[in-house]
Amino acid sequence: MNPKLLTPPAAGSRLLMSGNEAVARAVWESGARVAAAYPGTPSTEILENLAFYPDLYAEWSVNEKVSLEVAIGASLAGARGFCAMKHVGLNVASDALMTLTLTGVVGGLVIAVADDVGFSSSQNEQDSRYWGRFGHLPVLEPSDSQEAYAMTLEAFTISETYNTPVILRMTTRINHVKCLMTVGERKPHRVADSFTKDPRRWVMVPGNAQHHVPKMLARDKALAAATANSPLNRFEPGSDARLGFITSGAAYMHVREAFPNAPILKLGFSHPLPIDLVRELAGKVEKLVVAEETEPLVETEIKAHGIAVHGKDLLPAHGELSPTVLRKGLAPLLGQTTEAEAAPSISPQTGQRAALDVFPRPPTMCPACPHMGVFYTLSQLRNVNIAGDIGCYTLGAGHPWKSLDTCISMGAAMGVALGMDKARGPGDEDKKIVAVIGDSTFLHMGMQGLLDIAYNRGNVTVLLLDNRTVGMTGGQENPGSGRNLHGAPTPRVDFPKLVEALGIAPDRIHVVDPYQLPVLFKTLRQETKTPGPSVIITNQPCVLTDYYKVLTPYEVDEPLCTGCGNCVEVGCPAIHVTRREKAIKPSGKEVELAFARIDTVACTGCDLCEKTCAPKAIRHVPTSRAPVKTVGLVDVSGE
Amino acid sequence: MTNNPQIVNILVVGVGGQGVMTASEVLCEAAILQGFDAKKTEMAGMSQRGGVVSSHVRFGPKIYSPEIARGEADVLVAFEAAEAMRWCHYLRPNGVAMVNRLRLEPPIVSLGLYPYPHHPVEDIRKNNVRVYDFDGTAIALELGDKRLVNTVMMGAISENLPFAPEVLKERIVERFRAKKPALAELNAQAFDRGRAAAC
Repeated sequence: MNPKLLTPPAAGSRLLMSGNEAVARAVWESGARVAAAYPGTPSTEILENLAFYPDLYAEWSVNEKVSLEVAIGASLAGARGFCAMKHVGLNVASDALMTLTLTGVVGGLVIAVADDVGFSSSQNEQDSRYWGRFGHLPVLEPSDSQEAYAMTLEAFTISETYNTPVILRMTTRINHVKCLMTVGERKPHRVADSFTKDPRRWVMVPGNAQHHVPKMLARDKALAAATANSPLNRFEPGSDARLGFITSGAAYMHVREAFPNAPILKLGFSHPLPIDLVRELAGKVEKLVVAEETEPLVETEIKAHGIAVHGKDLLPAHGELSPTVLRKGLAPLLGQTTEAEAAPSISPQTGQRAALDVFPRPPTMCPACPHMGVFYTLSQLRNVNIAGDIGCYTLGAGHPWKSLDTCISMGAAMGVALGMDKARGPGDEDKKIVAVIGDSTFLHMGMQGLLDIAYNRGNVTVLLLDNRTVGMTGGQENPGSGRNLHGAPTPRVDFPKLVEALGIAPDRIHVVDPYQLPVLFKTLRQETKTPGPSVIITNQPCVLTDYYKVLTPYEVDEPLCTGCGNCVEVGCPAIHVTRREKAIKPSGKEVELAFARIDTVACTGCDLCEKTCAPKAIRHVPTSRAPVKTVGLVDVSGE
Repeated sequence: MTNNPQIVNILVVGVGGQGVMTASEVLCEAAILQGFDAKKTEMAGMSQRGGVVSSHVRFGPKIYSPEIARGEADVLVAFEAAEAMRWCHYLRPNGVAMVNRLRLEPPIVSLGLYPYPHHPVEDIRKNNVRVYDFDGTAIALELGDKRLVNTVMMGAISENLPFAPEVLKERIVERFRAKKPALAELNAQAFDRGRAAAC
């Protein structure tokens, strides 16, 4: 990422923007001074975009809790503060959030939370609107980029007016959808020139904190009055009063698409729920439907007020809604059969086309990914339980390695491995316990777990995969990369020193090149055999970063290939099988041979496969024939 | 869905790393230049590369939902042959598929766990789909750079848009003029070759 700042497009520009780009623009226009985040799909691009705006400080924080605390500090200093995170990030930040709701704010404070509805890249699917109920906080829900922009600006105003942090709840279909929108002008904004010392307000010891509770409850009432009158909650009249919808976020667009003539109560400022508006709509339509993604929050509240409403009785309580899902689910309310609704456009003459049977194409590791060396080695190790973590290396659970046994939450590999060690039953007595974690995940939430392993003398070998980037979210910087959000140099964490300081004995810490398979295997076997905690740090960079140096590619000398298939077990997407044959071994055992070919354009010469090839059939492509390198499979047009 | 004839639905599919999202963005930009409202959305799996990528482009007088429903796509643009198979049932009855015959076999196929279909284009044709297939990669290599395949694909679909092919071509060439001026002319040629291949 370039440290350079860009000149933002002028006010009034009509632009094709994603929800993430729209929020970034609005944060800049709001006059906010500080913005912070830890990368997390689908929210990552908010801070990536903010990095290019002038007039504000933007950072990658080590985790979401810290990012919120940085935003709190900015607010207390009298400026507007912002932080962004994915849904599970707010679990991490919630400790700060649940007290922040008592203290309130000085400068406006907005938390953008991106729910991964539909599991595109997450370990769970939770509904962040609950935090509004749990923390007595206002929740805004945009339905497209223009609204994400407008509601971010409005959120800062609400925050300062009602002395509260505000949650901007987004979902993948808001964060990542690009649409046409208009931007405005930046206005510098500051609430106070300095931090005002006020222990009764900012020092949340019990004697001070308890006085804030009645204020927070009074704020609930004021916010309820605000949502009843907010232009963000509006009626959209419709000519077909058979169904009336209460909807928000991405679901609103699907309702408009599927039921263009239905009356709608569109909730933008959705918590506290403007129940009088709901009642008003109920009086105008035959049946009331709540179209909300994942949990039935609004539905439950409406029912608690004694108003009859449909929702999760007909619509799914997980995954994304869509016009098709809505039409199909609600067909019974209109007396229609669901078959006709499932594919309304296919004429009876044509018949519906079959969904053809095609192999699954799960995400792969990249050619030459250093993680392949790690998982190939782990797959050769017998009698081992492997606690895993969150990152590209979670793919180690899949084919061909099948060498990662758990994935729970950021940093969990440490604690899970320790617990497995301490609870060993007879079946695990002789098992080795390994934990696998990436550099950024380790710094986010893994350090404490390793400290716990060291402190409590766990028999765990930790593999710390230091590839110098946050890989899965697209290669962001972190304290282990030695560069900040802007790409500027900053102190790089010294992992061997860090783990030693946490209590791992120096002779039990090894830095290993993951491409050196025999060394890695030997180190791993020795450390897992020895009681007590140990750490093996692999030290090769992600192949998608500029730290990675492309080498001469390899090819298969086909007459020499014996079809043993060892190279295929590395899991590299650049290795293909040209033909398979059955053969009888001298022992009489039938084996299937797989003859390999290397895609020399994709290969970057890491030599992992070469190390597995006994007959030496894998060799460098002669320099005269070496293909011109492009990044990835095929480079992107226009980039 | 409403099957609104004023709305054009284009489904762009391929494998992570092929440039699917950029292609759909260019389509969106061209539509906007013609005064349409437009939306683009995608599902791109959890890893950066190698997985299934599908990008939905919708444009017309006013777009609400960004998603193309099954049976509603006017055009399917497939950067890879098996991916065309995976998504061809998203086409409407008279929809058309533009397929690059490129075969990208993932590790799951190399490992022998699943077969790669022998004749993906034929399978699609048998599924009652109008297909134009061509070796976009060969055309790109003939012009001197494998990366031109994306522009070849854009040329291929350009006759199926509610605006002149030149609008899309100009948008692509313009992007290159801004970023890599040396490649602008080459991309113009790639576009024309793709356009010819799909006739």
